[in-house]
Amino acid sequence: MSSLAYTRFELVRTFRNARLMVFALGFPLVLFFIIAAPNRNEHNFNGSGISIPLYYMVGLVAFGGMSGLISSGTRIATERTDGWTRQLRITPLKTTAYFCAKVGTGYALAGSTMILLYASGLSLGVSLGAARWLEMTGLILVALVPFAALGILLGHLLTADSIGPAVGGLVSLLALVSGTWFPLGSHGFLHDIAQFLPSYWLVRASHVSLGGQAWTAGGWIVVAAWTVVLVTLARFAYLRDTARV
Amino acid sequence: MQLDNMIGVELRGAAKSYRNAGTVVHAVRGIDVSIPRGETVALLGPNGAGKSTTIDMVLGLSSPDSGTVSLLGGGPREAVGHGMVGAMLQAGALIRDVKVRELVAMMAALQPHPLEVDEALALAGLADIADRRTHKLSGGQAQRVRFAIALVPDPAILILDEPTVGMDVEARRAFWLSVRDFAAHGKTIIFATHYLEEADAYADRAVLMAHGRVVADGPTSEIRAQVGTRTIRATLPDADLTALASLPGVTAADRRGESIVLVCTDSDAAIRALVDAYPDARDMEIASAGLEDAFIELTGDRDETTAATERREALV
Repeated sequence: MSSLAYTRFELVRTFRNARLMVFALGFPLVLFFIIAAPNRNEHNFNGSGISIPLYYMVGLVAFGGMSGLISSGTRIATERTDGWTRQLRITPLKTTAYFCAKVGTGYALAGSTMILLYASGLSLGVSLGAARWLEMTGLILVALVPFAALGILLGHLLTADSIGPAVGGLVSLLALVSGTWFPLGSHGFLHDIAQFLPSYWLVRASHVSLGGQAWTAGGWIVVAAWTVVLVTLARFAYLRDTARV
Repeated sequence: MQLDNMIGVELRGAAKSYRNAGTVVHAVRGIDVSIPRGETVALLGPNGAGKSTTIDMVLGLSSPDSGTVSLLGGGPREAVGHGMVGAMLQAGALIRDVKVRELVAMMAALQPHPLEVDEALALAGLADIADRRTHKLSGGQAQRVRFAIALVPDPAILILDEPTVGMDVEARRAFWLSVRDFAAHGKTIIFATHYLEEADAYADRAVLMAHGRVVADGPTSEIRAQVGTRTIRATLPDADLTALASLPGVTAADRRGESIVLVCTDSDAAIRALVDAYPDARDMEIASAGLEDAFIELTGDRDETTAATERREALV
């Protein structure tokens, strides 16, 4: 019961923050319409036979989802700086409930971005079979798990001052090298490196909609491995952070 | 383990050091303090005395390197888990984007036996601003929100770390009245403060810390008694301080403009001797030494104390 109250509190607080909403939900939408609206009838992107609105809808879903999950780190860093984390630690709230609320809020943000982008895509004539749509969404939600852990890790590692640029830079870089903005092609240095990134498999999950393959075994392994590593590091960072003085 | 014990808070040989910029800081060097249930204790000391580290250990926010800390016979985390502990931590900002009532209600929902939210809001004097967003409050109002958060578990032990910083005189008075009401229900209260008159007025007992150690522990009246009981003040322009200091019952003499101040172990003997030796002395006053004097004497940290006094005066 207490963990529900805390999760609800976190959701209310996050969705009431107007500035956060404008940037977290608004930014991917604006980007989508800027890129896709003028090219709404382009159905052969770079000769690939892919529709531009669809390509950028799902690319931005990956980008917005990643940002949404990592953004819990920004909130954690601020709360640490403000002393709120200490105040919470002298309540009976369990550590697991605390993290569940953070991850839940991250998924709520990511989910809102997805729904808004899907709706925007439909408005520009994107059409996709229900099965494809579901498979893609399911895989994306799985692919976001390591980013939930990454958010918590960064939140307990960085300060409120440094986390903004760190998160912004990291998300942009991962999105770029993972094929969010343009197709990576099927070989080459970038392609080889990207295979080992969780963001690559996130984008790949979104490309299920483009008729791409679902994950190979390699995809599941990379995502699982990053999840284990990042959860372990996040746990370590949390323990180190709270064992202060 | 049941949390029922006549001892509210007990530290035995508790020590804590930490690394800061490559050097080891011995913040608390092994202290023994035992506080019975229902007592209100002031924790005094200059900055760096170890007060905050002690409070962290009592709250279970950090664990002692050696020694033990127990609350109501159990460990700090256990007492916190049972909703037996409420704390008002030092400054920092309140969490943003929530209304005062939402924040207090959420904190209540985390607790096993909380106060009614409205009751906690009323006790902290927040009824009028319950619908205000937390980041739009003044410093004093934010302190009252922290107080409501500390009260809402309906704790047996209340810890207040410099609770009246940022409050004006009126707010401080109102705050201490609320604390006193709460204490009347048999609560154990520990508060850290720089304001010695708060310890004097509201604590049953004071624990003085300096350099990580307890340098005095007892009823506030007893601590005062430990350093000369009274002072005599008189207008006496031309007297020699050395001669004054050697009067019977006098331990020290000082001049403040036209006046002299005598610190006495026996003010009765001193006043008689003063009148005999200096018939022209006038405007004579005898006063109990404040806790402030005891503080300076016992911590041997004149500069720090002066700074604290100046800060207090600036606020008053």
